[in-house]
Amino acid sequence: MLELSEINVAYGRAQILRDLSLTVNAGEILCLLGRNGAGKTTTMKAIMGLLPLMSGRITLDGQTISELPAHKVAGTGIGYIPQGRRLFADLTVAQNLEIGLMVRNSGGAVRDGVLDLFPRLRERLHQRAETLSGGEQQMLATARALCLEPRVLLLDEPTEGLQPSMIEAIRQVIVVMRDRGVAILLVEQRIDAILSVADRVAFIENGRNLETLPADALRADHAILERHLGV
Amino acid sequence: MDFGPYLMLASLEGAVTAAVLALTAVGLSLVFGVMRVVNVAHGEFFMLGAVLAWWMTSLIGGHPALGFAVALIVVPVLVGLLAAAADVTILKRIAYDPERTIVATIGILYILQQVTLMTYGPDARPVEPPFNTRLALPWVEFSDGRPQLYWPWGLSTTSYKLGVIAAASVVLIGVWIVMARTRIGLVMRATQMDRDMALAFGIPVEKVYGLVFGLGAGLAAMAAVLIVPIQQAHYLMGGDPLLLSFIVVIIGGLGSLPGTVVAAILIGLSDGIISVFFSPTLAKILATLLVALVLVFRPQGLFGVRRA
Repeated sequence: MLELSEINVAYGRAQILRDLSLTVNAGEILCLLGRNGAGKTTTMKAIMGLLPLMSGRITLDGQTISELPAHKVAGTGIGYIPQGRRLFADLTVAQNLEIGLMVRNSGGAVRDGVLDLFPRLRERLHQRAETLSGGEQQMLATARALCLEPRVLLLDEPTEGLQPSMIEAIRQVIVVMRDRGVAILLVEQRIDAILSVADRVAFIENGRNLETLPADALRADHAILERHLGV
Repeated sequence: MDFGPYLMLASLEGAVTAAVLALTAVGLSLVFGVMRVVNVAHGEFFMLGAVLAWWMTSLIGGHPALGFAVALIVVPVLVGLLAAAADVTILKRIAYDPERTIVATIGILYILQQVTLMTYGPDARPVEPPFNTRLALPWVEFSDGRPQLYWPWGLSTTSYKLGVIAAASVVLIGVWIVMARTRIGLVMRATQMDRDMALAFGIPVEKVYGLVFGLGAGLAAMAAVLIVPIQQAHYLMGGDPLLLSFIVVIIGGLGSLPGTVVAAILIGLSDGIISVFFSPTLAKILATLLVALVLVFRPQGLFGVRRA
């Protein structure tokens, strides 16, 4: 469904991604693992069109999205949940969701469906986003992305700084979205938090592919993790 | 005349200054807030508004109110379109780089000023106010221990000056409604808070920038159309509004619209009062001193929020 073919991306003069290729299928969770600075967040930004490609291409169901201007990428059905949440801090919960709904002109039914997944947000609709707790902010960031009825979800460290009950809540939503056929690309530092839900795991190092394995293989053999991540 | 009536007269003059300044400064504040562009050419859009208002009213003729009404609506739109075109052709090309936009808007400043000098000429030209009735104002005095109204000689204003204050207030409320209650306002605020996330959620940031730059210039032009029956149009008239707008925006807090309005009232009123009792130069000195103090003791401005 979402396919990155040999993309090269640089921040200024520093090249971050080198001939990186990934495929995420519908109804699958692909987990991107790598050390700090391996290029995980850069991969997400490149998909969203926030960083230009030097070469290579990114396609979604055959449509080349890497040729679109950045503001058209979300409209193809890619929901982005960035690292650090990046909510519109001064806007209310309802307004943050409104921004998500505007992407594909989704109506009230979509909004209700999303709020059913996060009942806590329904109680806080008129509260400003920056006054929410960390867990609620992560819920809002996720809900904002779900408001555009995504075919692909990009989650960058969704469990960072959350308590275990919140991590569990986020994890359940991810699984629900997978079961609805959404392709999910997940970046996570805490391997134990996601290994149980991942279908496949792609290791990257210095912006290059190392190997991509079924998650079952990792669960069976922890030595692979130690080899690639040094943990 | 006693001190009291003088103070009232000075405050009314100050209120007119404040009303026009608030409009101009809100335009500058919007552009800085959303686009992070320091628009040095803002005063020239103001000047262009005044000059075009003169041109349009002299073109239309007839009753002064007719030409003025057309100018009040058409001129801000024209200036806004010109600014939006400048945004697309110049600022977008230099990727809104902070240093380069300052140099580029200085260039726009000189182009607008010199083109106006070459076409409109060096004269100051008046525009006839659409309505201008003299209104005598009452004052209270105590005689035999009871308050009594009387009309001191020379204490008066004109209906047009009150009209300027009312019109500016209406436009400012309009801007507030657009920013707080409409979808386009929501999009502008989201762009202001996080440009990359706005892009990632399908907001056409470049179009928003063009719109905001046009809106900012349009507000300056509208302020100028309102003031030109009092002040006359001249190709160098953009300097003072630019300086005062910057003072107001810094005192109010960069990018904070309520702060900008409060600071405009503060600076406008004190400018009017100090100019009447002492001298206009002292008013500018004190305003600039206030900016220095704000920058030292509260760099984010009176109403600004310190961003992490």
